[in-house]
Amino acid sequence: MALKRRIAYIDLTTGDIKTKPIPIEIRKKFLGGRGLDAYLLYNHTEKGCDPVGPDNTLMVSGGTLTATCASATARTHVMAKSPLTGLLGSANMGGFFAPEMAWAGFHHLVIKGKAQHPVYIYIHNGEIEIRDARDIWGLTVPEAQWAIRKDLGDHEVKSMVCGPAGENLVAFANVMTGIKNSGGRTGMGCVMGSKNLKAIAARGTMDIRIAHPVEALEFNKRFIDQITSAKVNQTQGKIGTPFIWGATNSWGGIRCRNFQYNQCEYADDIEPERIDEICEETMGPYHMTGCFGCQVHCRAQYKIPDGPYAGKYDEGPEYTSQGAFGGETDTPRATTVLTGNHLVDQYGMDNLDTGSIISWAMELYELGIITDKETDGLDLSFGNDEAVIEMIDRICYRKGWLGDTLANGGIKASQIIGKNSFDYLIQVKGMSNLHSDERATPALALNVATASRGSDHLRSRPAIDLYHLPEEVLRKIYSSPVPYDGPLSSEHTEYIGKPWQVYWQENCYMAVDCIGICKYHTTFLGATLPNFEDWSKVLYYNTGLEMSPEDIWQVARRCNMIERLFNIREGLTRNDLVKGDMLNHRYFDEPTRRGAPDVVGKVIEKDKFIKMIDEFYEHKGLDKEGQPKAETLKELGIENEPSHLL
Amino acid sequence: MAKALYIDYQKCTGCRLCELVCAVMHDGISNPARSRIKVMKWEAEGLYVPMSCQQCEDAPCMNVCPVKAISRDEELGTVVVDYDVCIGCRACVAVCPFGAMNYNPIDKKVFKCDLCDGDPQCVRFCEEKAVDFVELEDISNIKKREAAERLSNAGKDAAALMAQM
Repeated sequence: MALKRRIAYIDLTTGDIKTKPIPIEIRKKFLGGRGLDAYLLYNHTEKGCDPVGPDNTLMVSGGTLTATCASATARTHVMAKSPLTGLLGSANMGGFFAPEMAWAGFHHLVIKGKAQHPVYIYIHNGEIEIRDARDIWGLTVPEAQWAIRKDLGDHEVKSMVCGPAGENLVAFANVMTGIKNSGGRTGMGCVMGSKNLKAIAARGTMDIRIAHPVEALEFNKRFIDQITSAKVNQTQGKIGTPFIWGATNSWGGIRCRNFQYNQCEYADDIEPERIDEICEETMGPYHMTGCFGCQVHCRAQYKIPDGPYAGKYDEGPEYTSQGAFGGETDTPRATTVLTGNHLVDQYGMDNLDTGSIISWAMELYELGIITDKETDGLDLSFGNDEAVIEMIDRICYRKGWLGDTLANGGIKASQIIGKNSFDYLIQVKGMSNLHSDERATPALALNVATASRGSDHLRSRPAIDLYHLPEEVLRKIYSSPVPYDGPLSSEHTEYIGKPWQVYWQENCYMAVDCIGICKYHTTFLGATLPNFEDWSKVLYYNTGLEMSPEDIWQVARRCNMIERLFNIREGLTRNDLVKGDMLNHRYFDEPTRRGAPDVVGKVIEKDKFIKMIDEFYEHKGLDKEGQPKAETLKELGIENEPSHLL
Repeated sequence: MAKALYIDYQKCTGCRLCELVCAVMHDGISNPARSRIKVMKWEAEGLYVPMSCQQCEDAPCMNVCPVKAISRDEELGTVVVDYDVCIGCRACVAVCPFGAMNYNPIDKKVFKCDLCDGDPQCVRFCEEKAVDFVELEDISNIKKREAAERLSNAGKDAAALMAQM
């Protein structure tokens, strides 16, 4: 049974390992995955702990449905206090690791302490072992995984690893699995590096009995048909996420030259069709690949066509890499995007943060805030492709003054660089914004301002807001499983009704992250995809767990509130530019300069933005300062946290 | 006329849904170790090859079985294990040139693809049709058509090149 998967507590300082079952009451309250990780983080870390010290606790998990007969239950979740933000650290990735861990008997790992020397954890059919990783330390992401397979003599082992960036304590280092599946954002690879933990390897052949196998199989077929019939997923399956960048850039929702423009011009060479052409030329007509059990297969395969890394194989690039190494730095060249993507995959470094911090440094260079002295003679002008590639390398290995400074993340780097460099840093809660520009889309601006792990689109973005869907369609989506009769607007430049959409999406994405499936299988980019009603059924057929759609909604609210409690404990306040729900002043002061007629000349209107935050807080049950009301905590049953039940 | 599994590994995206639904269909359990079909992977090159029983005409497993537990189902075109006769010696596992005869150490039984009695779930769930179920008489026509397309494309490319010269 899926619900029999256990939790393991691993102390790397002492080598002590304990395992426990996960009580059903806990499952019903937090389900699993990110939600239960948030509970564990709040319970297993002390206020103010050093994110790169032994006291920080690293959670690794699969969701309730991981490896069951539901579509795309591939997601691995990783959580700890973030070395990048000092707040909630959370990363979620596809691939094959979490299912393997579930077949090896575990849903959750709680990792504390720091090993004496580099080690890796090996999980095999109910057994956990800490093994020497001194020979693996220093290897790149794929090299490390193949070395572990060799060490264990088993080709089927799946590992999640930190790359050289994690070892070098780059604040935005990723956890990675496979060629490019990245647990990105908030520096979870850095936490692994700080613990001398190079990897976690899993291999399992333990049965997961399906509660109602016939129904599970048939429902899964229906689920897949629904998912693959959505146009957006068919497009993803043909050309991958680059189509999103192409579409968004066409109307002016993309950051260019840090935050100076909202559209990247002359970008033909990194348009989705061009990238698809390269994939086809180098990998043949069938060049898409997928995560465990997923029929969307949104990942392209490619070989770098030319340049210093010509011929190297990789997967992607995602729209994030087009944004990070093409748009933001104004280097819209395929070779640069594909090479940049390859390097961060090898090093285990967040593409969004890397591209964003390089483009910030480029703007500082343009303004004379940093000069050739700080760059060691490197011409850090916008549009310089070689500089982008060189800086990725310098940041990963902390080479030179600038590489070493930027590797600390934006906030610390701005303190070191000084002057007014902070004003140009496009971040929320210390994490770089992704590659998109939200000045013309208030709902998306509210999303990045309030997302629990810092500026990010995968926590609460109502992406379907861009489709101008008729109001009755929006109402159908947004008034289930709980009623909503407030305003809704089909207009993406509007402010009205957006707080509810962001709030609804926040709960939708939390639910997905708890049960362990991918966001492409829910109301993220497509308006016709499964959500709460379907999850209730799929949970029952696969695990026997009886949860109504409303119950799942309530779990999501509870888990989001625990994340909020953690952030508040670590210093979140409403308007703080470093640790708050607030956007960089440029959103309010600098109008967009490019884009479609309803996009150009737009700023976020501050008074309306403040009203949106007020309303969003009200939906969440927070007071005006963003602190949870006592009655909200009571209603959610978390008034006595930390409760130390697990 | 019997149908057969037709695997085109180039189309495989490596998602392993076939392994999942195979195990759930047969045993009600999620566990790739129980799957009759298995995707072999070379991740560093992006190469994924689904492997399953070919239901050989002159099947080595059938020939090697010391107790004659393996026979042919002529109607479905499958090679079938009779568990009442099978002694679990695994000679069939050793001899199969495709590694398609598996052994399950939990149930202590050999097991292999039975085409789900004519409705193979791996095929039903594979949207890419990397695993397909086709009439035996058509099985070479698919390859012929693809080869012909490649040849004709090559012909067109050559003609275009000639025209430029």
